[in-house]
Amino acid sequence: MSAQTLTKEDGKSVSFYVQDEHDHPEGGSTMLGFWMYLMSDCLIFAVLFATYGVLGNSYAGGPGPREIFELPLVAVNTAMLLFSSITYGFAMLAMDDGKARTMQAWLALTGLFGLAFLSIEMYEFANLIHEGAGPTRSAFLSSFFTLVGTHGLHVTMGLIWLVTLMVQVSRHGLIAANKRRLLCLSMFWHFLDVIWIGVFTFVYLMGMLR
Amino acid sequence: MSDTLLKTIFGRLSLESLPLHEPIVMGTFAVVAIGGVGLMAALTYFKLWGYLWNQWFTSVDHKKIGIMYMILAIVMLLRGFSDAIMMRAQQAMAFNGSEGYLTAHHYDQVFTAHGVIMIFFVAMPMVTGLMNYVVPLQIGARDVSFPFLNNFSFWMTTAGAVIVMMSLFIGEFARTGWLAMPPLSGLAYSPDVGVDYYIWALQVAGVGTLLSGVNLIATIVKMRAPGMGFMKMPIFTWTALCTNILIVAAFPVLTAVLALLSLDRYIGTAFFTNESGGNPMMYVNLIWIWGHPEVYILVLPAFGIFSEVTSTFSGKRLFGYSSMVYATLVIMILAYLVWLHHFFTMGSGASVNSFFGITTMIISIPTGAKIFNWLFTMYRGRIRFELPMLWTIAFMVTFTIGGMTGVLLAVPPADFVLHNSLFLVAHFHNVIIGGVLFGMFAGINYWFPKAFGFRLDPFWGKVSFWTWVVGFYLAFMPLYVLGLMGVTRRMRYFDDPNLQIWFVIAAIGAGLIAIGIGAFLLQIFVSIRNREALADHTGDPWGGRTLEWSTSSPPPEYNFAFTPIIHDLDAWYDMKDRKYARPTTGFKAIHMPSGTGTGVILAGLSTALAFGMIWYIWWLAALALLGILGTTIVHTFNYKRDFHIPVEEVIAAEDARTRQLAAQGI
Amino acid sequence: MSDSTNPHSSPHTSAPAHGDGSAHGEEHAHGDTASHGTRGSYLKGFFLSVILTAIPFWAVMTGAFKDPSTAVLVVMLFAVIQIVVHMIYFLHMTTKSEGGWTMMALIFTIILVVITLAGSIWVMYHMNTNMMPMANMADMG
Repeated sequence: MSAQTLTKEDGKSVSFYVQDEHDHPEGGSTMLGFWMYLMSDCLIFAVLFATYGVLGNSYAGGPGPREIFELPLVAVNTAMLLFSSITYGFAMLAMDDGKARTMQAWLALTGLFGLAFLSIEMYEFANLIHEGAGPTRSAFLSSFFTLVGTHGLHVTMGLIWLVTLMVQVSRHGLIAANKRRLLCLSMFWHFLDVIWIGVFTFVYLMGMLR
Repeated sequence: MSDTLLKTIFGRLSLESLPLHEPIVMGTFAVVAIGGVGLMAALTYFKLWGYLWNQWFTSVDHKKIGIMYMILAIVMLLRGFSDAIMMRAQQAMAFNGSEGYLTAHHYDQVFTAHGVIMIFFVAMPMVTGLMNYVVPLQIGARDVSFPFLNNFSFWMTTAGAVIVMMSLFIGEFARTGWLAMPPLSGLAYSPDVGVDYYIWALQVAGVGTLLSGVNLIATIVKMRAPGMGFMKMPIFTWTALCTNILIVAAFPVLTAVLALLSLDRYIGTAFFTNESGGNPMMYVNLIWIWGHPEVYILVLPAFGIFSEVTSTFSGKRLFGYSSMVYATLVIMILAYLVWLHHFFTMGSGASVNSFFGITTMIISIPTGAKIFNWLFTMYRGRIRFELPMLWTIAFMVTFTIGGMTGVLLAVPPADFVLHNSLFLVAHFHNVIIGGVLFGMFAGINYWFPKAFGFRLDPFWGKVSFWTWVVGFYLAFMPLYVLGLMGVTRRMRYFDDPNLQIWFVIAAIGAGLIAIGIGAFLLQIFVSIRNREALADHTGDPWGGRTLEWSTSSPPPEYNFAFTPIIHDLDAWYDMKDRKYARPTTGFKAIHMPSGTGTGVILAGLSTALAFGMIWYIWWLAALALLGILGTTIVHTFNYKRDFHIPVEEVIAAEDARTRQLAAQGI
Repeated sequence: MSDSTNPHSSPHTSAPAHGDGSAHGEEHAHGDTASHGTRGSYLKGFFLSVILTAIPFWAVMTGAFKDPSTAVLVVMLFAVIQIVVHMIYFLHMTTKSEGGWTMMALIFTIILVVITLAGSIWVMYHMNTNMMPMANMADMG
């Protein structure tokens, strides 16, 4: 083995090459990379929030927040998402313990809460559109539907991802690659709950306070 | 066939969508078709499809992907430049009652396409290509963090370019200028496919760019060789890091804004409309929140290249490395605080305008610091005037002029006179060509031998250099004059005959640049033909200072047989200085990522989705979307995405290198 | 922020393998796949979030604050606190993860979000005041 060393003046030898290199385990960059992607997603929402902030007062003679927001329903929705966050957390704990079946159960529960959230939201949207307060009615409504709808789209993607992962875990078990993916989805899911805090605060609650 | 059936199958696509009545376009189509068919025929005849697919299109090797980005950029440069020549010709002749040879309908598409192509499909791919090729080598890594995403990003960028090119022959392009401001870009004033082509090309390419940004940040943070702390990273890697942070921070804004415009156009929302409470000014605000960081995304890598080139060809360590790093970081942050200077005249008033005017002036300071650092690097150096250094010197002069006109424009009252005049056009071409493009040419000449094993021919390189530089000044200095005289941008014809001489000079300049581009292509052709004479046998033709020069030219697939250990800034210089000895035994099998066709497929499906959405062919869009989703999910079921290069191959490659170096007396 | 050098170079060969010896910041050496949470921390985060959600909803739904600006401030404050709770208890944000890079990326993103939001609202407020038709018509009277 060629140890390319050079003796320095202070007697310490200096090497320029790693001699005993192991294969890089896969996925060393995954968590950081996914976090960077989440930050970029954060900026998309920032634009949507900014748009809502600027255009959110333009009712064009149509309904404003007080006429259309139903806080009790929003509260239920928020609860659904919050529950889904804790169930996902429990899924991660089960994953840490290597308990694949328990984890799958918690994931399924997460999925159900997510589905409940989406259903309630779609019900809300359908009602609004039916009442003539759809996204084309005014800039306020365009911003509202787009901000809340984009969040809902992200939740939908998360659910598709969740189901895919459940299939992959049932096939291959809790291998390192699957764990990494579950951790990424975890970040994604909690991030969506963080965005929702922004949504219910700035859109729904502040809307009623105007 | 009934009308509804036709509409269902073809959307709003019809025979009228073909430009059969436009001779210029039909002529272009004929040339492209003949050339394209010829190329396909040659590839088939020489049985190269398998090679191309296996070795290039599906490759996840950052070096191959970097080269493909450069090829894409050069091809699109030809299209973007053709638009430029068309504009110069039109403006030079459209006097004394003549309206030139281009209709308004056509001309408006030409200047829009010119801007979109040059920024998104020439400059961005060049910058991305060079960063992709060089950064992993400079940090002692074997590839980027996410090799598959890298391949996917390239194909999405290419798909965006394909979508723009399609608009030339099927339908038409946007007629709104490269930023497509509403209400002009809204459905009411641009109901045709042009703006939709624009939106989808940029959204598709934007996905690629964003993922590339994530990829390179992760690579630089996580994959540096042991001992390479941040303040021992090559300066080009530093500028690459800041550039990619800007990409991740800015491109989401573009994605969101274009999505909002799409919603206005597709479902009738009221974001940027004149009715229902919409506010077109919000689009201008948002698009420039993206747009300003974008120009720094373009120029920071160029600054990095100039730093590497200046120190290499002055034979000295870069002067003021730390201050260069801090200057780059400061520019990165300040890039977010200046965007309003693009629309001083929109009416935000004195307080807002003053704030942004001041921040804009402040941001010129770190750039100025960099120029001084380069000059101090050159001072008392042993300067070698090779092509990369020539381009660098041209940059220093040209970019400084452009930067100064920028500071002039940063003063709101001055901007009120000069906004959207030819002065502005001259300014941004001054900094983009003088800064970005000259940087790309410096980088291409500098790293070409590394990538291909032979240098670029110096004679044709110098022809290209001089024609480009002289041509640039002839083409754009008159525009400053015209702008100060009050001439507005994007005009198709003029009433004042006194202006014509300036446009004629500008056209001559454009002609010289055309020769410069021709010389550049000739340079590549001649270099390939003379590659034996121009060969680089050592891997270090310039006496470089950074790690990429420690590899062979071209590097082996795995870059480094052993991961290097870093002890100092300018790691390769340090190794040479301390008389390191390259290891010649003890090699092992090397773990590498496998190639895949998924990136090509996803990009193809994205193109189909875009086409369906542009032409209202809903079944095609739906199928493509499902295809994208399905392909992605299926791809994730493939867990085995790597392989090992057998130790015999490594030994063979390294032994060949040992012999090559011995023959050079090293 | 720690010097995040390549964590995969062998830490156990001859002396200089880790260069400047930076093993800090790599609390989980190879491809970290643990979630960092505990049952207790998740539950704590959950209950905190419930309270931080319930109070603002209650405040707005019952009109508890007479002055709407106070209500706005309270509601926003609770949102910020709940976001921090989520970051700590659900997202396990620390200054150490990924050598400090996740925290730095987050701070940078927050700064940009603030610039985008505040900047857009400030700019557009001025634009609207100066340039929107209704305002102009009032001036012309």
